[in-house]
Amino acid sequence: MLSAGAWRTIEAAAISIGAIVVALVVYGAFIALNGIDPVAVYRVLYLGAFGTLFSLEATLTLAAPLMLTALCTAIPARAGLLVIGAEGALVVGGLAAVLAGVSAGGAPPYLGTVLVLLAGALAGGAWIAFAGALRLWRGVNETISTLLLNYIAIAMLNHLISGPIRDFGETLKATSWSIPAPFRIGTLPYLNVHWGLAFGIVSCVVLWFVMRRTTFGFAVAVLGGNVRAAQLAGLATARLSMAACIIGGAAAGLAGAIEIVAVHGAASESLVVGFGYGGILIAFLARQNPLAIIPVAILVGGISASGGLLQRRFDMPGAATAVLQGCIFITVLAGNTFYGRWRPSRA
Amino acid sequence: MDRTHLTRRSMLTSTGNIVAVSALAPLFARRADAAVTPITVGFIYAATRQDFGWNQAHAVAARKIAQLEGVKLVEQEKVPETAEVEKVMEGMIKLDNCKVLFPTSFGFWPFIQKIASQYPDVLFVHAGGLWKEGDAKNTIGYRGYMEEPHYLCGIAAGRMTKTGKLGFIGSKPLYFIFNNCNGFILGARSVRPDATCQVAITGDWDNPVKEAETVNGLVDQGADVIVANVDSPKVAIETAERRGVYSCGYHTDLSALAPNGFLTGAEWNWAKGGDFVKAWQTGALYPNLYRGGFKRDMVAISPFGKAVPEPVRAEVDKARQAFTDDSLQLYKGPLKDNEGNVVLKEGEVIGNEDNAFKLNVKFLVEGAIGRTGLK
Amino acid sequence: MNELELGWWGVLIAVIGGAIRISTPYLFVSLGETLTEKSGRVNLGLEGTLVMGAMSGFAVGYLSGSPWLGVIAAGLAGSGLGLLHAAVCNLPRVNDIAVGIALFLFGTGLAMFLGKPFIAPRGPRLPSLELGGWSAYPSVRAALEINALFIVGLILAPVLYWGLRHTRWGLVLRTVGDSADAARALGYSIERVRTLATMAGGFLAGVGGSFLSLYYPGNWNEGLSSGQGLMAVALVIFARWNPLSCFWVSLLFGAAAALGPALQSVGIAQGYYLFNAAPYVLTLIILTWSSSTRHRLIGAPSELTINK
Repeated sequence: MLSAGAWRTIEAAAISIGAIVVALVVYGAFIALNGIDPVAVYRVLYLGAFGTLFSLEATLTLAAPLMLTALCTAIPARAGLLVIGAEGALVVGGLAAVLAGVSAGGAPPYLGTVLVLLAGALAGGAWIAFAGALRLWRGVNETISTLLLNYIAIAMLNHLISGPIRDFGETLKATSWSIPAPFRIGTLPYLNVHWGLAFGIVSCVVLWFVMRRTTFGFAVAVLGGNVRAAQLAGLATARLSMAACIIGGAAAGLAGAIEIVAVHGAASESLVVGFGYGGILIAFLARQNPLAIIPVAILVGGISASGGLLQRRFDMPGAATAVLQGCIFITVLAGNTFYGRWRPSRA
Repeated sequence: MDRTHLTRRSMLTSTGNIVAVSALAPLFARRADAAVTPITVGFIYAATRQDFGWNQAHAVAARKIAQLEGVKLVEQEKVPETAEVEKVMEGMIKLDNCKVLFPTSFGFWPFIQKIASQYPDVLFVHAGGLWKEGDAKNTIGYRGYMEEPHYLCGIAAGRMTKTGKLGFIGSKPLYFIFNNCNGFILGARSVRPDATCQVAITGDWDNPVKEAETVNGLVDQGADVIVANVDSPKVAIETAERRGVYSCGYHTDLSALAPNGFLTGAEWNWAKGGDFVKAWQTGALYPNLYRGGFKRDMVAISPFGKAVPEPVRAEVDKARQAFTDDSLQLYKGPLKDNEGNVVLKEGEVIGNEDNAFKLNVKFLVEGAIGRTGLK
Repeated sequence: MNELELGWWGVLIAVIGGAIRISTPYLFVSLGETLTEKSGRVNLGLEGTLVMGAMSGFAVGYLSGSPWLGVIAAGLAGSGLGLLHAAVCNLPRVNDIAVGIALFLFGTGLAMFLGKPFIAPRGPRLPSLELGGWSAYPSVRAALEINALFIVGLILAPVLYWGLRHTRWGLVLRTVGDSADAARALGYSIERVRTLATMAGGFLAGVGGSFLSLYYPGNWNEGLSSGQGLMAVALVIFARWNPLSCFWVSLLFGAAAALGPALQSVGIAQGYYLFNAAPYVLTLIILTWSSSTRHRLIGAPSELTINK
């Protein structure tokens, strides 16, 4: 018979898929109530997400940053911390990336790119670490503090790009100084998707390995299960918590740096598009498992990518996809209650 | 992944070209085949179409364009000014088979330039006067000179204000906001030389709570005419009406929102876009840069509110006629900015269609209280 | 009468008037969240509830012509979302914070979706009490124009305070929130109490949302809320789960938000984005200063997930 671990995976997949199906049915009923044919909507959802090469590319482009921001919630969650600050960490990462890129003006291209990405990751890591520190040393709830830090990061971004680091030559909208062009990265071969996708997938795989197969990952899981038990076992709980926060924040910060290096070249309000909040949804859908984040991010990215087509074909409001994502989120969370109901038969 | 950079230097060096282009015959471009073919036109909005403002003005034009022969209309709202609009444009081209696109938000321009060369059989029409030599030939920048109707609003405001204090709310610190503000103040001071105008920038295209608060703040400080250059001036106008002060509209006709206090408003006339669609359909010539004020029928003013008496209406109409036959220039010397620097000396005049000058406006004229924050 | 230039007094008046206006939604949402959290649940979905309340309040108000009907409808919509939150959280092993975030997304999306037809029209407006009639300055009159919902909230806060401390319902609520075991021993259904508390919280949050669309700024559109629902959760902690403190803290937050535009109107325009951050920074500072790992936050219901 299959091992307990394999059963758990099957159970997780089955419940998640079941929840998504339920959500789609509920959503279909909602659509029908609004006078639109649900089957037609499902078809367009598929067309817009995966139906053509173009749709697939659009989906993957959206999924790339989402994978990284989801890690910002998933990794601290394994340590028992509920962090929702990916949006802020992404913004801070983007800002740091710009500053690093501009300061490293004369560096050779590859080195410059690495520096920029590193700066973003470090800044993001520090941002969430700050929230972690507040939790450890002052007992401030990390959900609230990272939420507040999101707004603070966005205000900082707006302030900096309006004046102190603004490129006044750009008259279209408030934009920061641009990083040197040689530091920019391009698209993957064959696919019109930027290299950020590779960074996202690799980060998820690496972190899955770290969290599931290393001593550190195991220690974090113990901490996440029961703080008292972890302390009794002699684990350095404070250090583990901080490490989880730094890793998660670094992932989101990296996402911000990638937005600069691969997409925009400079910081502007374009950094604030909800990747952080989308990441929270994906982390929960993937049950905080870094490997599962990859397909889930592609699914959620696909839904978002088909939003435009839904609007154009059915004159549905832009919020149509948000309602679907909300439905999925709720059903998946409700589905949590079914875990552990089925036991593998003992041979 | 290079983005077109609009540095000050590149703008100044192309000044001559732009002046020539816009003042004389427009630059022409022609498409290969020539016949009236059915065509799908796509409109992209940064926010909702019913915002009583910028996007609604475009949606009105879109409806008019949809009436043209052989035109099918496809629309998408709430598209942010990020790389996402590239995906939206490409989706419209590849999945909906659009041949003419109207990405209406100002910040879409760099993204248009990035993909236009990949789709030579698609025409991109952008509401912003940014086209210059070297940009893709299948793109058009068109935009009215809003400072002209703002000048007319200023005249009405200058005549109607009792306190002599005006209030100007702007969304973002960008050149066209400052041009409109300058136009408003110059118009007001042309009839009331001691008028002043408090300038407040909210920082967002659209933030109703902040706009309402700002109106209240301005009125508390004594302003009794409010004009709001935000994407949806509805909230500002309604708040001004509640406070019992006058208001001027922007983008579309907002007179219904303020029955007592509405003076007049600055409106766009985007229907010119229909000509570009027709040209693309038939393979005719079209201009790449099309800017104009009243002379080219690219702007308009709203119907007067009931508060505006006949003599003021006549004065505004006279100035409007002067713009139409180009006898009135908005920026002329002697002109100082509000920090005492001389902008134009006695005798210097800037033509109403001097695009280069207006793109570079970083100052507020005398009488304005506030700063642009630009260097 | 000539409007004299008030200068700095004008700023103060604008801040006072703004504080009263802007604090009203904060007040209702925080009072609602206080009830919910006293029963041991955290509802982060109040932002979605707020937006849903704003939309339904405006829609019903517009369709019926009566703003008060809109307020009630908004409250009912809010309690509906509260019921959904409670129903999902009542299932075993479901994390209420995550559900809150899900409802935030769902509620906001639903409101945007259903609210499309209501963006253009003008809706009815809630009445207000003109307390500034004695003043010759229109700005003072405007600042002292106190809206009806603020007055309702002003009365509601002490009523809830008294209710929590001196009535049987209040005791039941607090017991469920402080010790689930004790409540069970006394025979109370924890799920029932928490469901009702979350629904009541949702009702108040919906009413708070209706204020935005029926009074100030007074219309329905997509950018209506700027995170007030989420802020209210922080506000409740700041106010130590005390309804009376909720009132004062809401005013404080309202004043902080009104400061930026008020200063702009006297020409101080630098750093207007930093003013946006002021309420959040303030909350973070207060939270940091007043929390401690050693003691639980004073007044915190022990069953709250964020304190465990």
